Amino acid sequence: MNNNYNYAFLDEGSKREIRRSVLKAVAIPGYQVPFGSRELPIGRGWGTGGLQLTLSLIGPDDILKVIDQGSDESVNAVNIKKFVGLCTDIKTTKNTREATIIQTRHRIPEVPLRSNQILIFQVPIPEPLRVVEPREEITKKMHAEKDYSPIWLQLYESLVKYKKVTIPTEYPCMVEGRYVMNPSPIPKFDNPKLNKADCLYLFGAGREKKIYAIPPYTEVISLAFDDVPFERESFAGKICCLCGSKNTYLDEMFDAQTGEKFYQCSDTSYCQEVRQNVSK
Amino acid sequence: MYLNEIPELTIKNLTVRYGDGCPDCQNNLEKNRCTVCETIWAANDISFDVYPGEVLGIVGESGSGKSTLMRSLYFDFFPTFGTATLKNFKDGEANIWDASVAEQRMIKNTIMGMVYQNPILGLRMDYSAASNIAEKIIAAGSRNAFQMNARVTELLEAVEIPTSRMSEPPKNFSGGMQQRVQISKALANNPAILLLDEVTTGLDLSVQARVLDLIRKIKAKHGISILLVSHDLAVIRMLADRTIVMLDGKIVESGLTDQILEDPQHAYTQQLVHSLI
Repeated sequence: MNNNYNYAFLDEGSKREIRRSVLKAVAIPGYQVPFGSRELPIGRGWGTGGLQLTLSLIGPDDILKVIDQGSDESVNAVNIKKFVGLCTDIKTTKNTREATIIQTRHRIPEVPLRSNQILIFQVPIPEPLRVVEPREEITKKMHAEKDYSPIWLQLYESLVKYKKVTIPTEYPCMVEGRYVMNPSPIPKFDNPKLNKADCLYLFGAGREKKIYAIPPYTEVISLAFDDVPFERESFAGKICCLCGSKNTYLDEMFDAQTGEKFYQCSDTSYCQEVRQNVSK
Repeated sequence: MYLNEIPELTIKNLTVRYGDGCPDCQNNLEKNRCTVCETIWAANDISFDVYPGEVLGIVGESGSGKSTLMRSLYFDFFPTFGTATLKNFKDGEANIWDASVAEQRMIKNTIMGMVYQNPILGLRMDYSAASNIAEKIIAAGSRNAFQMNARVTELLEAVEIPTSRMSEPPKNFSGGMQQRVQISKALANNPAILLLDEVTTGLDLSVQARVLDLIRKIKAKHGISILLVSHDLAVIRMLADRTIVMLDGKIVESGLTDQILEDPQHAYTQQLVHSLI
């Protein structure tokens, strides 16, 4: 551990302020709580919101896992893990079941999370209404008045143009019947995992200076018209070329030599676990 | 004619002022501007009723306060003072400008429909025509896509826009078509009052005729109250049952349209009528 910095890099006052914001976010599920986003030795937009949450919550007994689009080994994930390791003495892991805090970008692990685990999302754009209203002043009023017609209009526009809702990621959802929330840019495949989950989900947007949360067992419903139900991406007929999984979110890849298309689990640690179990 | 009827809309002492005003403002007005404190009285003590099923024409020169009146009614901005009550809102006993934001939204989406002079103000130019109309239906609480599609189709057919073009954005449409999309949008939730702000201005004569014909059909079919702002007396003559003449933010004359046009009393109205003839 590098002793030139405070434990977990941030000063204790900053951590306390972030924890207070987290408490407020947990108390009002789906509500975006403003916070004083700190400077970190990584650029804003590279996971500073998630990282600040991780640094303020982490303690000596925690075990940290960091994933980027499902992968434990991407540059962003490895660097964040190294950084947290440098300014704490915590153990890091690739095993989802072993971790107590998981920081993620763009995915929820395939393994169902438990009540003693926290999943921290790195969020680029926390405001679900930003696509329909550029002014923060107006979106705040819309949330206050529960005026979500424009987001429904966006869904309807998609039906008019393409005969189906074509929003692949950041699919808006209603939290506990009150706030429409942007579930970070996770694929809509992962949206159902947010509903009535055992774990705590925290969302941090460092550049936009917002924190929000989904506490355990909260109702999170993806927006859908009465007669056009919400649908996840379908991977019917496709399997992971490494572990043979059929029920996971798959990345589409191409062989550089032959140009042949194949699929692979996006969640690399889950894929590895399945392969290990098979080999045993 | 309307003695036994309860007005659909009642406006009392509507005043929209730009500036703080001074104690002697009303005595120092040059047109609608106070020569002492330079306050502009865009609408000055306007009162009138709109009865069920009638078309009330509002006529006047540019800057006379017609659009200010209409846009105040549609909550685009709020008057300095005055009250407006609607028969269909709290039994006509509550001032709509004191309503909560949610109530105002309900009034805008279900009791009133607005067609702006400039379609950019009334339409989302990047969304499809169907979505522009559905916006009102969604805002009124519908979450059934099939029912919305059916209503959108019905409304587009009523304004003679081919349903094959419903997925196109209004920016691809002509000015007349844009106005007709606005009219369908305004009618989406069967409002009790339709606000038409210079709907034919800037359109060529044949397109004007189609839009006016459409308004006449709407009046005949739906029997809704229409507030029709225009500076074109021919439009007023064709559609309005009663007419209000505005000048410098004030009502200078009001009465049955035929009476106003055939026997104008106020000097400005006489000038207006004679300039037409």
